[in-house]
Amino acid sequence: MCHAIPAKVVALRDDGMAEVELEGVIKEASLDLLDGVELGDYVILHVGYALAKLDPDEAQKTLKLFAEMGAAALAEGAVA
Amino acid sequence: MKYVEEFRDAELAKGLSAAIKAEAEPERIYKFMEFCGGHTHALARYGVEDLLPNNVKMIHGPGCPVCVLPVGRVDEAVALATQHDVILCTYADLMRVPGTKYESLIKARSKGADVRMVYSTMDALKIAQDNPEREVVFFAIGFETTTPPTAVAIKQAQKLGLKNFSVYCNHVLTPAAMRAILGAHTPEGAPNVVLDGFVGPAHVSAVIGTQPYEEFTTDYKKPVVIAGFEPLDVMQSILQLIRQANDGRADVENEYARAVTPEGNVKAQALVDEVFEVRDEFSWRGLGSVPLSALKIRSEFSEFNAELRFRVEVPSPKENKLCECGPILRGEKNPVDCALFGTSCTPDNPMGACMVSSEGACAAHWTYGRFRTELELEESA
Amino acid sequence: MNAPQNPPQKPRGNKPGGRPLDLKNGRVDMSHGAGGRAMAQLIEDLFVGEFNNELLNREHDAAMFRLPPGRVVMSTDSFVISPLFFPGGNIGSLAVHGTVNDISMAGAKPYYLTAGFIIEEGFPLSDLAEIVKSMAEAAKEAGVSIVTGDTKVVERGHGDGIFINTAGVGVARDGIEICGDLAQPGDKILVNGTLGDHGVAVMSKRENLSFTTAIESDSQSLGDLVGAMIDAVPDIHVLRDPTRGGLAATLNEIAHQSGVGIELHESAIPVRPEVKSACELLGLDPLYVANEGKLIAICPAEKADALLAAMQAHPKGKDAAIVGEVLQDARCFVRMKTGLGGTRMVDWLAGEQLPRIC
Repeated sequence: MCHAIPAKVVALRDDGMAEVELEGVIKEASLDLLDGVELGDYVILHVGYALAKLDPDEAQKTLKLFAEMGAAALAEGAVA
Repeated sequence: MKYVEEFRDAELAKGLSAAIKAEAEPERIYKFMEFCGGHTHALARYGVEDLLPNNVKMIHGPGCPVCVLPVGRVDEAVALATQHDVILCTYADLMRVPGTKYESLIKARSKGADVRMVYSTMDALKIAQDNPEREVVFFAIGFETTTPPTAVAIKQAQKLGLKNFSVYCNHVLTPAAMRAILGAHTPEGAPNVVLDGFVGPAHVSAVIGTQPYEEFTTDYKKPVVIAGFEPLDVMQSILQLIRQANDGRADVENEYARAVTPEGNVKAQALVDEVFEVRDEFSWRGLGSVPLSALKIRSEFSEFNAELRFRVEVPSPKENKLCECGPILRGEKNPVDCALFGTSCTPDNPMGACMVSSEGACAAHWTYGRFRTELELEESA
Repeated sequence: MNAPQNPPQKPRGNKPGGRPLDLKNGRVDMSHGAGGRAMAQLIEDLFVGEFNNELLNREHDAAMFRLPPGRVVMSTDSFVISPLFFPGGNIGSLAVHGTVNDISMAGAKPYYLTAGFIIEEGFPLSDLAEIVKSMAEAAKEAGVSIVTGDTKVVERGHGDGIFINTAGVGVARDGIEICGDLAQPGDKILVNGTLGDHGVAVMSKRENLSFTTAIESDSQSLGDLVGAMIDAVPDIHVLRDPTRGGLAATLNEIAHQSGVGIELHESAIPVRPEVKSACELLGLDPLYVANEGKLIAICPAEKADALLAAMQAHPKGKDAAIVGEVLQDARCFVRMKTGLGGTRMVDWLAGEQLPRIC
């Protein structure tokens, strides 16, 4: 399971908590497990805790990789 | 939803599907295990199997913490809730999990036990603060992902000087279970591993990093591709596994680099080390006793250890002999090969680990995919 | 057939109670259900005052009325909800919408409702007044009258604040044949708008899940929409409101009642982004989340576009969509083409829907 989702940090509070947003939904999140979280960061939220930072560059690279893999295969398929 | 919906895109899925079909060698059968229930869920929920060629088989592993929680532990949770007048807090996932004679926390609650679903360990702490006259027990379940929040709660309880809060620890370890699967033997003693590689955990790896998987590539020569829980992540990781299998390689690769680093979340690891230590062995539903596969609370924090605070004795439970969960979890058998599947074992009345939550191998097949088997049967008939 | 706007004034002689109800700080006590003056005062000042119609105002134990020609349709529903007040409504408006909608789903026009209240001792009169007021408003909007009722008070700890039961009668005109067992292979399946709004609005206020969202319950009466739909396409086969268990549960029920299979198209199913987000957060599936102002309509394929147009032309159906079709399938499977391009089952819910988080 380990259900976790990326959410954007929209407020940092004095008590070590953050408010995070997933399109239209705001939830409190503890920052006890993650240092250096800044406003605007995306974090992986799990049972109310920010568990990891999401790296936007890596996300873009991965999406690009999907597209390249697919494009190559589809092009080959079209030729064949 | 940013970073979610892009990873569910149908056009990209079409491309990855074509790439997988192009690279899978038609004469061989690939058997990959997705260890995590999260991956099982993604495969089932999005119908990913339809986008894979028939010779790429996905084996649904034991990575669902409520599925593999042994019956005895569920019985203990029920006993704690009913016999000790505690407020028992746990994640909702555990509520319906059946113990002996189908007893579950939800049924215990209907009989008067004070069982509360929490979203977070912080909620359990708050319940303890709000109810100083009651004992509050957090029934902790989960893999490495879910363990750090429990560690935080115990540290927080210590800091707050809470005398009425304790944790019943059932946290389990992923690499130990993978080892148990790879170490399987036939009754004659020969290695009996049918897997060609693993789709590695997403959020477990966000905590433990990629390094703990190296042993599977060196000692067992099985590739591991760590993947996110979105369907395109799973498809990409399958493609990478096919390439490794074709090349005869066994490497740890990280498809989920947007959230997983080689070293993982060092702060969380340190916290877990401070609060927990490894148990000599722990019983897994479906896999049996697995050495060094779970955590217990260190003696420095024993005042928060519910296992020490409450004497809970339950008769040792019996599992149904016909239940094929073990071979199914190891990929040796399919859900439909089990005599209980869909007859006496269904999601409404689960008997074995694989049917307990929708992330279990059998429940996923029953809930999302059984039309497929029946269509195949029809076509072959 | 409905109550006149201005019911005749009754002479007020031996007025029950004495001191007026303290709707600001007062609380319900056992006397409010004991049959004495306090109960009479509660009924007269609050219920009769708000529901205010000719049949109720006679304060007889039963309402007597005639109905227009056609088949009489009856339904009843009990309402227990936590929290009682939620974004977009409360248990009172819900209790009216629920029964009105159940009658409408038989293709009937609803006319009269009953209302039974089981109130826990200590319940604030101000909350009760707000609930009753919402019921009155909902009834007015739906064009129905609440014509008889009942009040019971249970001891503190023996109820969850308030439970409400409503029953209703309506009339289906001859020639209209709408029922859950009439879906035919080839039929199209339509919904009148976004799914899961009610369930998410309620969950957002539950203590152990709380999150912040602007989503409001979709709780509304569907009688006028159904009227417009039947006018446009009289041979609708099935109408159902996907309440508890959401679209998934209701379609499985219909598939079994009609002995057919169903195929959905995930990308055609309207779901608000906020509802998707909340479901992601809690590991839930919007298809299983409750609705209180939505309907599923099943009609012959060649009428689907006309029905869709009629729905979209109505304010309660502006987001309507064709979401799937009925198949021949003796196993009565409901399946779905996923947005990703695969297929999966949309099975019955096993037990109650719980968050999937650890």
